[in-house]
Amino acid sequence: MRIGLIVNPVAGLGGAAGLKGSDGTEVQREALARGATARAGERAAAAVRALLAARPDATVVTVPGAMGEAAARAGGAEPELAALAPGEPSSAGDTRAAVRALAAVDVLLFAGGDGTARDVLDAGPGVPVLGIPAGVKVYSGCFAVGPAAAGLAAAEFAGSTTEAEVVDLDEQAYREGRVSPRLYGTLTVPAARVRLSGRKTGSTTAAPTTVEGIAREVVARMRPGVRYILGPGSTTRAVGRALGSEGTLLGVDVVADGVPIGIDVSERALLDLVDGHEVAAVVSVIGGQGFVLGRGNQQISPRVLARVHELTVLATREKLAALGGRPLLADTGDPATDARLGGYVRVVTGYRESVPYRIVPASEESVG
Amino acid sequence: MTHPYIPNAEPAVRAEMLAAIGVESVEDFYADIPAALRLNRPLDLPAPITSEHELVRHMGALLGRNTDTTEALSFLGGGCYPHHVPAVCDEVNSRGEFLTAYAGEPYEDHGRFQAIFEYVSMMAELLEMDVVNVPTYDGFQASGTALRMAARYTGRRTVLVTAAIGADKLSKLHDFLAPDIEITMIPVTETGEAAAFTVDDTVAAVYLEYPNAYGVVETRMAEIAELAHARGALLVVSADPIALGVLAPPATLGADIVCGDIQSLGMHQSYGGGHAGYIATRDEPRLVAEFPSRLFGIAPTAVPGEYGFGDVFYDRTSFALREEGKEWVGTAASLWGITAGVYLALMGPEGMRELGETVLARTRYAMDELGAVPGVRVLHPEGVHFREFAVEVGDADALLTALRAHDIFAGVRLDAGTLLVCVTERHSKDDIDTLVRAVREVRG
Amino acid sequence: MSATVESFAKLPIEAKPPLRRFHQARWDEPIIFELSSPGRRGIGVPEAGVPAVELPAAVRRQAPPALPEMSQLHVLRHYVRLSQETLGVDVNIAVGQGTCTMKYSPKVNDRFVSDTRIAELHPAQPEDSVQGVLEIYWRMERMLAEISGLHRVSLQPNSGSAAIYTNIAMIRAYHASRGEGEQRDQVITTMFSHPSNAACAKLAGYEVITLMPDAEGHPDIEALRAAVGPRTAALMITNPEDTGIYNPRIAEFVELVHGVGGLACYDQANANGILGITRAAEAGFDLCHFNLHKTFSTPHMCGGPAAGASGVAEKLVPFLPGPTVEFDGERYFLDADRPQSIGKVRPYLGVTQNVVRAYAWIMALGAEGLRQVAETAVLNNNYLQHKILQIRGASAPWGRRRLEQVRYSWEELYEETGVHSEDIGVRAADFGVHYWTSHHPYLVPEPFTLEPTESYSKEDLDEYAAILAHVAEEARTDPEFVKGAPYNSTVHKIDPTCLDDPEQWAPTWRAYVRKHLS
Repeated sequence: MRIGLIVNPVAGLGGAAGLKGSDGTEVQREALARGATARAGERAAAAVRALLAARPDATVVTVPGAMGEAAARAGGAEPELAALAPGEPSSAGDTRAAVRALAAVDVLLFAGGDGTARDVLDAGPGVPVLGIPAGVKVYSGCFAVGPAAAGLAAAEFAGSTTEAEVVDLDEQAYREGRVSPRLYGTLTVPAARVRLSGRKTGSTTAAPTTVEGIAREVVARMRPGVRYILGPGSTTRAVGRALGSEGTLLGVDVVADGVPIGIDVSERALLDLVDGHEVAAVVSVIGGQGFVLGRGNQQISPRVLARVHELTVLATREKLAALGGRPLLADTGDPATDARLGGYVRVVTGYRESVPYRIVPASEESVG
Repeated sequence: MTHPYIPNAEPAVRAEMLAAIGVESVEDFYADIPAALRLNRPLDLPAPITSEHELVRHMGALLGRNTDTTEALSFLGGGCYPHHVPAVCDEVNSRGEFLTAYAGEPYEDHGRFQAIFEYVSMMAELLEMDVVNVPTYDGFQASGTALRMAARYTGRRTVLVTAAIGADKLSKLHDFLAPDIEITMIPVTETGEAAAFTVDDTVAAVYLEYPNAYGVVETRMAEIAELAHARGALLVVSADPIALGVLAPPATLGADIVCGDIQSLGMHQSYGGGHAGYIATRDEPRLVAEFPSRLFGIAPTAVPGEYGFGDVFYDRTSFALREEGKEWVGTAASLWGITAGVYLALMGPEGMRELGETVLARTRYAMDELGAVPGVRVLHPEGVHFREFAVEVGDADALLTALRAHDIFAGVRLDAGTLLVCVTERHSKDDIDTLVRAVREVRG
Repeated sequence: MSATVESFAKLPIEAKPPLRRFHQARWDEPIIFELSSPGRRGIGVPEAGVPAVELPAAVRRQAPPALPEMSQLHVLRHYVRLSQETLGVDVNIAVGQGTCTMKYSPKVNDRFVSDTRIAELHPAQPEDSVQGVLEIYWRMERMLAEISGLHRVSLQPNSGSAAIYTNIAMIRAYHASRGEGEQRDQVITTMFSHPSNAACAKLAGYEVITLMPDAEGHPDIEALRAAVGPRTAALMITNPEDTGIYNPRIAEFVELVHGVGGLACYDQANANGILGITRAAEAGFDLCHFNLHKTFSTPHMCGGPAAGASGVAEKLVPFLPGPTVEFDGERYFLDADRPQSIGKVRPYLGVTQNVVRAYAWIMALGAEGLRQVAETAVLNNNYLQHKILQIRGASAPWGRRRLEQVRYSWEELYEETGVHSEDIGVRAADFGVHYWTSHHPYLVPEPFTLEPTESYSKEDLDEYAAILAHVAEEARTDPEFVKGAPYNSTVHKIDPTCLDDPEQWAPTWRAYVRKHLS
């Protein structure tokens, strides 16, 4: 088994220095000036240790120096090195180059945060990847819960994969006190195939809710003549698929009577499409903070929302659970719209299953 | 006295534990229960019987008011059958390890997994089908679930059900299949078998019983299977496994799902408490995916030569198409499955054949003898009967009451004029003759 | 006699080590088919003694079934060995199966049900021949009616989940009888109610609305306010929930649902900590259910037969499954003439053995005893919680106030070591105890749920906590060792991958032989 390893050595620098992220060399310099140390290397070494404990025969393939070699050796591996010479400090371009260079592995581990995940996404990896959480911002679904978990998941990988969303915040906005997550795409990750021994027969076989079940529920409730606005995200895209069309992952689509009538539309086009019709908006939760509006779906603007009769949110129960009781957030840019949306919204969690869940204007909730 | 079932009710221990936690009294733990919801009086229950001896006496007095089927001569069947229960069956299911185990995990309860795997495996041999579930509640539930499986499998919503089915079972099916599935009845002919019927492409399943509620064995099953299959419907058959030592397994006649109750295989009648259901199919993944119940399978362990067990196709419940009409899986009837396995291992192929032959012969004998009594008419006399047959007796209640005086429970009352008589290997020729004599006597 | 053996150990015997040096029975037993030898028999069968019947070829079995052929001792021995490879309550500290209320099942109660005057009763016997068993059903119903405060109780359901289904069927029939069957198509439940509530409601055709917990771990009452309406058929709720947390606003939940014409149905699977302290009636519930195999001590039997009880307020009595057991002051009888009844939910009256056992159990305790059961179960749970929360890496979300069980989390331990809750459970088996994680969805990460009922002693709880503390420490020092468990069990680590592959899976020996030995 060959496991690729890429470390973003500056990931996590900003957090320690109170800088809310480490994107950009200026910030990294500032962080180092404040005395921060990178923890990505340590976290990556912990993942390698866990990997080798479970699979002593695994070969770690990595990048010379701080981008992997050092961590691999610290974790007890004799790594195979790719012919790369990254800069010092390394850049986003180095990460992308490393992803492309480490194409012949079973799983590619990368240590970093959401920014690193975006770089990996941009490089278009041809193999399953899995993040070792080491950044300040780790909101994407492509990360394991901890370094040891990442190493073990790689060790136990047996070919089954799933898609995970890559989400990142605008760090400038974040430093200014606003959380602005955005969906950038999906990465292929090893399916966490936890075989549950907790199968007590005293219980219902309650399997995790599926995106397909959610999509089926949305489609089953669609009424003729209504214009349905589908926001970005893999769950909303599944609705399009259930209707037999592809739709977009990152854009806003509109369907009516089971047929797509607008794909990846702008606010202007959206207003035209819904004009004079009953309108329903179907959106999903973007990122771990609970944003459903105003993040990556600005096309669904206050003007559009003023025409929406019914707002439905889509989320698996696991995703709602991950909010830990925090509310869903609306941040449309118009306080009056946000206030109007406040209250309980119907969250579809499966076929004939829903959860009434609180949604509040983002301004009322301190996040980050 | 510290109650023998409650070790920590002992005051000193209780005080020590409260002190360790750092609270004054157990009342502190109940702080979340508002005063308005408290029951501020002791429950109004009979005074406790805290000595075991007195409890035995109390229960003995209650049990003494029952007359059981070892005291009276009983020909009662109709879904609950008086077959002989081998002593080894009782011995195994009384073992404390099995009796008090939870549903279990593959490591702590390996023995339980193996015993149930062996049970389903022996059923599979009897049924000639490759997939058999961990027991469900009872034969009623097994039929309900088998029909729901057929509806999900075919995507259709009508089932054709033989009218030769017990009224209680039909009641359960009506309740359990609502609101998704509609039941249409197949009438029964003079022979006691299903009448001719047609199948269209709304039909998910044709459902037969084998033997049916009149003890009649459907002899046209293979034809009916072809009829159903020609229109894309499944044949679902509820079969009593005790008959399959002599009767052809329904699968060999074209049945797609076979189900039923295993009470006959080593469970006492226990006033209706000995029931457990089974469901079996061929090993086709799409059909296997429709089982709501657990399936156990062999898996290798880290040590060569060691059998491990686990759940087969566990994640099938997450399949999107299963989300409609999803059924629950709960504590059902595992110990009766283990017991039925012991029964089949004791009987072996020869025992099952011999038992079947004895029951067939004695059933026919009882039919002939009773049928010869004036005023008694055996229904469906031409049919092949296993274990049961219906007789018209004029006033059924009067006959039952009169025979009760002879310590005979003559049969299950089907209606004002009809009884269902059950004969098993427990009924000797003499027992049958006693019944016939008594009927003649009270009729005479 | 000459003492030529060199002494190698001395008296007195040293103290036991802190943890038991357990090893589960390991008989390395073959599959029963491998023990078969042609011609052997385990039991004889009466010969017909009357003329044989020739079956028509169309229904005659062609080939004999390939059942094992064994003599009696060898069948017995095989199964006794398998029983020894099973950890019942009789042999372990069964506090690890939270929500399942594993308790001591008194042996004397088993005697009553093996007595022929129960075991050999046919359910269709004339009423005069079954007065004793009918009286037990009747008295048991009265006792459960008092314990719940509701009007009548059906003992027919096969289990807790079957009782939930019975309740939902009665709810459906009730609304239908009022012409509101179509309109009321939603059932509301909560995330920490037993998942069978949602599953049964769905099966009965309802759309399910689930309330998430709020910051205190209680179901969100504001979400309920938003969810109730003319479509509400019922609220189906557990309290205390599977977290062990009691929802103090439960009466308000019930009122909100009543306010829109819905029914409130109480899942009392978790009743063990509140017996005699609070009841369904006081909180205003219309229906409830109990699990006799949990709260009322009947044995779990490797997963059933169990028994459930469905209790109803007066307005739902007409819908109870039939027949009901009635008493006219002199004799007990069955009433099957119930036109509005939902009908049969199982064959005959119920799982009689468990009704008899549970009846005898309540009779041995009485009102004061039941209250002592509840208080001790809650004391035991809080004591065990106190011990568990001292283990580094273990936590319990939402504060510490719990009744009879706690859903804990190994999240911290997992993040540190990569060892899952499930791995901990398998390793715990090496010390002779059960352990269960939790139902999906894992709202509590890396969960485990402990429910130490009144049956266990302080020493038992200390031992269980010590085992988990030891395994948690092992996870830190040698996570791979923990993940390689078990070592002292009947079998070693199982490779489950074949179980999901249709080409390989072997749900029966027949399938195994066909796929792997042919």
